[in-house]
Amino acid sequence: MSTPALRRGAATALLPWLLPLAILTLWQASSQLGWLSTRVLPEPWAVAKAAWGLTLSGELWTHLKVSTGRALLGFAIGGGLGLLLGLLTGSLRWAETALDSTLQMLRNIPPLALIPLVILWFGIDETAKLFLVALGVFFPVYLNTFHGIRSVDAQLIEMARSYGLRGWALYRRVILPGATASILVGLRFSLGLMWVLLIVAETLSAQAGIGYMTMNAREFLQTDVVLVGILLYALLGKLADLLARGLERAWLRWHPGYQP
Amino acid sequence: MSFVHEMDLLHAGALSLGPAPVRRETAAASPAPSPGLGLSLQGLAKRYGERPVLQALDLRIAPGEFVAIVGRSGCGKSTLLRLLAGLEAPSEGRIEGLAAAQTRFMFQEARLLPWARVLDNVALGLKGPDARERAAAALAQVGLAERGGDWPARLSGGQRQRVALARALVHAPRLLLLDEPLGALDALTRIEMQGLIEGLWQRQGFTALLVTHDVSEAVALADRVLLIEDGRIALDWRVGLPRPRRHDAAFAALEQRLLERVLKTQAADVTSTTPEALAPVAVGALRWAW
Repeated sequence: MSTPALRRGAATALLPWLLPLAILTLWQASSQLGWLSTRVLPEPWAVAKAAWGLTLSGELWTHLKVSTGRALLGFAIGGGLGLLLGLLTGSLRWAETALDSTLQMLRNIPPLALIPLVILWFGIDETAKLFLVALGVFFPVYLNTFHGIRSVDAQLIEMARSYGLRGWALYRRVILPGATASILVGLRFSLGLMWVLLIVAETLSAQAGIGYMTMNAREFLQTDVVLVGILLYALLGKLADLLARGLERAWLRWHPGYQP
Repeated sequence: MSFVHEMDLLHAGALSLGPAPVRRETAAASPAPSPGLGLSLQGLAKRYGERPVLQALDLRIAPGEFVAIVGRSGCGKSTLLRLLAGLEAPSEGRIEGLAAAQTRFMFQEARLLPWARVLDNVALGLKGPDARERAAAALAQVGLAERGGDWPARLSGGQRQRVALARALVHAPRLLLLDEPLGALDALTRIEMQGLIEGLWQRQGFTALLVTHDVSEAVALADRVLLIEDGRIALDWRVGLPRPRRHDAAFAALEQRLLERVLKTQAADVTSTTPEALAPVAVGALRWAW
């Protein structure tokens, strides 16, 4: 690679960070010049110090672990069910007839509208949070899996059948790979939703987790800790997105749209 | 493959063998028992709803014969191939001699699995521990030995059809059905592919049925050319040109006669010399082949 190309590569890598850096600088400057009250927004330096303090005490790590555990467990339950049901209704006509219209009705209920009912059913402990996350991530995965299976190229299926592929072999070699791109879109959608629902669930009531940490800090007017929590959510969301993109790169290597 | 249209007087005599009377009982050129499948179609008909596509087709195809089926689009030639492949069921009549496991189909599009590497595409449906070696050998036969590790998206249209050909032939089929597989290729690639298909057919001895809208392709490859019109076989010509076929005067003359017959500008049909066969062609109809 020549030097100008290398420089261009470095520039593209740095470009996305330019805007956040500028905002951070502006923010720090306005705090120091007294335009921003600490009550409204603490200076970035204070937020960094708070984050560092929480890290040293181990508190941050504990909350992070609890929140991530909830998110992933809820995601595994809801996403797994969505994938299974999507495969089922996408592959079998009778399953679609039996299940799909019910699921389409349920889909239009916002998961957050169920909070009162969820509290009545499960109280305010772990099950309620897992239920909300699982319910929220279920539908994006379900819909995209169903759509992915249905939109597999019929010509390829006809070809594979004429080459003697039946049953599981046909499914594994043709139908599943054909649906992967769509399933991954559902995965990305639901990874975003996963954090949104977890935040709401954790701010309702919790004894640990990032949501608990921020709500607790609000009581004591520790705006810097509140901001640490908010920024953590942003970071976790970005991490989830990176994970989804990594999966796309690994599973869609063949796809011209995902070539490096 | 030569593009030179030379006047070759030695081959001009082949023309007399061209539109010969139908000789259904004679087998193809190969004297030894052919590994190809012999077929017998009796009263075969296909309807979609009320619309008849094929009507009362009677046809015998000898083992190892290379048959080209020509006709205007919508005449039912592709449907005939799909019936033989078992992709669709006939409305009436029967086909004797079919063996689904020994029949392979080459589609108009390559239909490669985009998520499988080229070698895995060729090995599709192959069984046994040596599947990958056999697939690699088939890939080498079509001249793509070194592309086995590529994704299909990286190949050109002609290369994709070559992979599809390797995928069909690796099963050592006794009947190969080709549904305009070269229709979307450029002229040079098409001629190259025709040579490849002819060579593999001569070596492996399978029965080949080629649906094409290209009269020149039919004359270049086939022992026998069938014309399907309105769901019936309107013409059954034997092509007597020696192989390998050159684009010489005899070839050109035969191609011209076939084209004229397909376009109905001349009553060259051996079975019918009705006045409508002499009817002038509408200008729009002349575009059918290209």
